[in-house]
Amino acid sequence: MLDAAPKMLVQVRDLKMYFPVYTGILRRHTGDVKAVDGVSFDIAQGETLGLVGESGCGKSTVGRSLLRLYEPTGGSVVIDGEDIATLSPEALRRKRPTMQMVFQDPQASLNPRMTLAEIIGEPLVEHGNLSAQDRLRRIYDLMDQVGLNRRFAGRFPHEFSGGQRQRIGIARALALNPKFIVCDEPIAALDVSIQAQVVNLLEDLQDSLGLTYLFISHDLSMVRHIADRVAVMYLGRIAELSPRDALYDRPLHPYAEALLSAVNEPDPLLARRERIILQGDVPSPARPPKGCNFSTRCPRAFARCHTEKPQLSEVEPGRHVACFLYDTTAQAGSTGRPEDPEHNQQGEPK
Amino acid sequence: MPDGAPDLATSVLDVRDLKTVFRTRGGEVHAVNSVSFHLERGELLGVVGESGSGKSVTMMSLIGLLPSPPAENRGGQVLLGGRDLLKVTDDELRAVRGAKIGFIFQDPMTSLNPVFTVGNQIMEPLIRHMGLTKAQARVRAAELLELVGISDAAARIDNYPHQFSGGMRQRVMIAIALSCDPDVLIADEPTTALDVTIQAQILELVKGLRQKLGMAIIWITHDLGVIAGIADRVMVMYGGQVVEQAPVKELFANPQHPYTRALLKTIPSLHGKRAARLQVIEGQPPIMTAAPTACAFRDRCAHRFDRCDRENPLRRPIGASHDVACHWTAGGAHA
Ligand SMILES: Nc1ncnc2c1ncn2[C@@H]1O[C@H](COP(=O)(O)OP(=O)(O)OP(=O)(O)O)[C@@H](O)[C@H]1O
Ligand SMILES: Nc1ncnc2c1ncn2[C@@H]1O[C@H](COP(=O)(O)OP(=O)(O)OP(=O)(O)O)[C@@H](O)[C@H]1O
Ligand SMILES: [Mg+2]
Ligand SMILES: [Mg+2]
Repeated sequence: MLDAAPKMLVQVRDLKMYFPVYTGILRRHTGDVKAVDGVSFDIAQGETLGLVGESGCGKSTVGRSLLRLYEPTGGSVVIDGEDIATLSPEALRRKRPTMQMVFQDPQASLNPRMTLAEIIGEPLVEHGNLSAQDRLRRIYDLMDQVGLNRRFAGRFPHEFSGGQRQRIGIARALALNPKFIVCDEPIAALDVSIQAQVVNLLEDLQDSLGLTYLFISHDLSMVRHIADRVAVMYLGRIAELSPRDALYDRPLHPYAEALLSAVNEPDPLLARRERIILQGDVPSPARPPKGCNFSTRCPRAFARCHTEKPQLSEVEPGRHVACFLYDTTAQAGSTGRPEDPEHNQQGEPK
Repeated sequence: MPDGAPDLATSVLDVRDLKTVFRTRGGEVHAVNSVSFHLERGELLGVVGESGSGKSVTMMSLIGLLPSPPAENRGGQVLLGGRDLLKVTDDELRAVRGAKIGFIFQDPMTSLNPVFTVGNQIMEPLIRHMGLTKAQARVRAAELLELVGISDAAARIDNYPHQFSGGMRQRVMIAIALSCDPDVLIADEPTTALDVTIQAQILELVKGLRQKLGMAIIWITHDLGVIAGIADRVMVMYGGQVVEQAPVKELFANPQHPYTRALLKTIPSLHGKRAARLQVIEGQPPIMTAAPTACAFRDRCAHRFDRCDRENPLRRPIGASHDVACHWTAGGAHA
């Protein structure tokens, strides 16, 4: 994937997703949970973008809004040239097979009254035109690919373990040969060997079919393995978006640094690197801080961080950081425009 | 409750030869095959093993949470405070579950009730088992939510589960399980949906409770990093059986069972060189349609020899509190 100008399959600009909060006996609309608050990024065709960050920071909401499982509050999502946010229901239905999601909560997405073969085969029936025999062959192929024994085809979801159910969801998402897959914690419930198997599978499919992934995970070692670039989110916004190796070698944003330092070393005999323990609680997304969202816990915050929101900007080639520590324009007097849309995007348009 | 059970000096929980079978249309599934283990006061026992190896079913069976049919107990003992939980009445078992054993389920969405608020679900056991009034329970519920790192707890207590993120729901489950200060906490993949910083926070919380209250904990996880960080002892399961058991440092330094060794090799690293391709354990897990009569791992094992096909290996001690169920490591075919 080293073309001079890679095709951007997914382009997200200033995406916002607010959930209204109603309080009191009268259920008055008193505010919003700003689950996603101005997020912009691109994913090139055939690329894997990792999305990491604290629980509740808005990762799943980004994933769901991208596929328009939510109606976003603002911003645009262009996938393969079409703005998802404004597609008609019929156009959206036709586009659905090309974009799929593997859900965080496998149980909730599986119909308890259908057998495994029916669940995996359902999208094939709905959108495909295979004969019953070809369909069964395809179902078996998919089961092999995700490591489910063919003898399980007639079983119901409750007869499977948590990890087995997650694999059913993956097989189902793969059934229609999508172009773009949002993987929301696709491997959290799996044991390491099966995780490896699924990740290898996702990589193989990417190589052979040119698939594009948004890979949401809190497993930083797995993200390091699979992602080309990684976006680190904090409280509804992107703190840093960098190429994988650069991020892991030298995280720039203080939050990214803290996050990477907290990983458990899977070997009690190895000395760990200094862990940065963050003080304080994550603020509520219904009442984010006035300044930088991370300012209340940032070990390196200074006065400006408490009054102004930093925008994501390219501070080194390919590295985008939303942090005043890296703001070289401070003296240039551009501080008076905190919401400048130009600075809200990731770098220059390609 | 007096410290420990009178007949078992320090064990709070002692499980012996537990067997659980599912009867399905497609025949029997032998999910738990003679599983034995014990748990000491204040101890944290890590449980690892392949997906489908029977970790969840073992824990659900020992506190009577599996619906029967299709689940069926085929023997064993589960001793808690001198009583066999497999023999007590349903009412007694319910009381034990509420007050003595806390349980965090693997699937937080299905174990929270979608039509009740998060707060109500945390308050319920506090009112029922701890005798708190509704107002007291509400205050305590908010405290518990804060304890597991949910900010703005007083406002979010009236949310419904679908308004919480995956990791937040998981933390609600943790809050519920901790609400009655149980003697034993069984946590089934309690932190899988949590990022590392919150995971670290929960682990610290749990370590603290263990020291303060002497709570004993069973922690099921796929994350060997977490195991390395918090477990005292580790039990490895494969094919519905315990195949190896050792103190945590010993297990990582000196793994014996071929499955354990393979498992430890599959972890991608955060530091070090990035592998082009991740290691997997080749082959398929056993399907467990009958009680094992041969080694369950043999089809995937590089050290297989004739005895492995004839006889299911039993666990034998190979060192200080380290035991393993393998003919090969027992010296059968060392060459
Ligand atoms: N339907 C909803 N109504 C109200 N608030 C919601 C809703 N869905 C999500 N939220 C809130 O939006 C925020 C972001 O949630 P989201 O599920 O995107 O987090 P996440 O980053 O995926 O977290 P996790 O790692 O725990 O899965 C959370 O504060 C959550 O409570
Ligand atoms: N209701 C059921 N009917 C039939 N078989 C079942 C049922 N519940 C579980 N099983 C089977 O029992 C075995 C053990 O399942 P269990 O849920 O204990 O696995 P696990 O070790 O917890 O796996 P995971 O790590 O994926 O959660 C699996 O092979 C599963 O398919
Ligand atoms: Mg999520
Ligand atoms: Mg399980």
